[in-house]
Amino acid sequence: MERAEIVHLASLVRIALSESDLEMLQIQLPKILEQFDILNEIDTAKVEPTGHAVAIESVMRDDVIEAPLSSVEVLRNAPNSVGEYIRVKAILEE
Amino acid sequence: MSTLWELSISEAHDLLVNKEIKAVELTKSYLDRINEIDGDVNSYITVCADLALEQAELADGKILSGDCGPLTGIPVQVKDLIVTKGVATTCGSKMLENYYPVYNSTVVDKLERNGAVLLGKGNMDEFGMGSSCENSAFHPTRNPWDLGRVPGGSSGGGAAAVAAGEAAYALGSDTGGSIRQPAAMCGIVGLKPTYGLVSRYGLVAYASSLDQIGPMTRTVTDCAMVMEAIGGHDKKDATSLDINIPQYSSLLSGNIEGIRIGVPSEYFVDGIQDGVREKVEDAVEQFKRLGAVVKTVSLPTTKYALACYYILAPSECSANLARYDGVKYGYSYQDTSDVWEAMEQTRKQGFGMEVKRRIMIGTYALSSGYYDAYYLKAQQVRTLIRQEFSSVFSEIDALVTPTSPTVAFKHGDKTDDPVQMYLVDVCTIPANIAGLPAMSLPCGFVEGLPVGLQLIGPQMSEARMLNIAFAYEQSADWYNQRPTL
Repeated sequence: MERAEIVHLASLVRIALSESDLEMLQIQLPKILEQFDILNEIDTAKVEPTGHAVAIESVMRDDVIEAPLSSVEVLRNAPNSVGEYIRVKAILEE
Repeated sequence: MSTLWELSISEAHDLLVNKEIKAVELTKSYLDRINEIDGDVNSYITVCADLALEQAELADGKILSGDCGPLTGIPVQVKDLIVTKGVATTCGSKMLENYYPVYNSTVVDKLERNGAVLLGKGNMDEFGMGSSCENSAFHPTRNPWDLGRVPGGSSGGGAAAVAAGEAAYALGSDTGGSIRQPAAMCGIVGLKPTYGLVSRYGLVAYASSLDQIGPMTRTVTDCAMVMEAIGGHDKKDATSLDINIPQYSSLLSGNIEGIRIGVPSEYFVDGIQDGVREKVEDAVEQFKRLGAVVKTVSLPTTKYALACYYILAPSECSANLARYDGVKYGYSYQDTSDVWEAMEQTRKQGFGMEVKRRIMIGTYALSSGYYDAYYLKAQQVRTLIRQEFSSVFSEIDALVTPTSPTVAFKHGDKTDDPVQMYLVDVCTIPANIAGLPAMSLPCGFVEGLPVGLQLIGPQMSEARMLNIAFAYEQSADWYNQRPTL
């Protein structure tokens, strides 16, 4: 795994990496991926994939209005809020 | 009479019903025990003594009015990724160090309705990712049998607390063995139910198709009692099974005459410690003496389960943990005006290294160009593993295997090598992949450290599995042994 590939991956998952993290991952990630090669021993060309081991489909319930959390409760853990809004950093450039 | 914190749930329940003790006394006994030894064991992240005493008083009131359910007044530790209203729920992560949920998980609601007493929140590997409880952002938990060793993980806090008498029972969660492996390493009983039997509402998601909440207890009877309380359909969890929960504890006859037990040869190969193998083989002999019919079976796809899991679980986690962006809740880096830098720094500083590793592996496995080779392939192998279990369960009632290939290892032994750490879960992962119920119970000691026996059964076979475990437990008596602390 190239260093550039790890840097790209880190940008996809929005995690800043220190130089030492990068060096460590460059050693560890290929070793972990190597463990996955064993799966190539099996022919799965005609096998359907399993997403959930217990198949439950189309779960429906009655559309009943229940008391929701108050906005005060919803915002209780927000790092930065104003009134009933969460304040975020500017997303659009001027 | 034993010291109160030594009692099993069923023993304490009898004393409470007969008004020989009060829930407040029982709770104080546990709080004193925590004060006395948790500085060494470190099984808790949060102890909520005031709340516990309030709940104990409420429980005493219920008992006086003649309303004493099996868990009324019994003190519990809840793993810190199960949300508890008003009580910090950190997931063992700096990311959620100051997160105070505004609602309860369904299991905690159920315990509250039963009059349970919440002692506090259990230490764990961050977001459930780890097998030694060393990946907690706060402190590692120590094994009560040997403080120099790990308690297992990720529900290491629960296992250590129950073994050390710091809680009558604990709720853990199990994605790849996180209830069973620490239960084995601490010498207690731990059950991962059939996927969907216990609601996941309010269980902070790691790998949603694998996660299940389950009991960690000192005895099989206690395990059955807790399952009765926490199981059942929940409309808030779309994967919850709509079935009736049996009265498991009343079905523990101890008679397993004619029960068909399979011993899969693939679980007894590479890397199993000799002492562990011997203890599990002794247990198999014991099952024969108890009247079970034992036969060797083969599950050739077992060797693919670990790779399958370490693709599927990180893939799901990379999606589930995208929510920690420093905006809605949790740690938030504020020292910049740039939105992307804030997010990248939030996740850099909020997550520990194992979490970052798994998010990156998962994203890699899901990315275009690699999706078919990794994620899709793992899902297809998952199908084969499931089918193989189904076919074996047409001939037998339960499988017996070791829970963990080794007894508890020393702190720091595996922290530098993620691949070695992942191998610790090799016996427990297949049950998660196939959604099967599986449990660990004590089956002896090697050099003073507990060994765990694993039972794996077909979906929804908890009642039978608990009875098999009960028959063994009562005939072997390991469960009466406790660490000296």
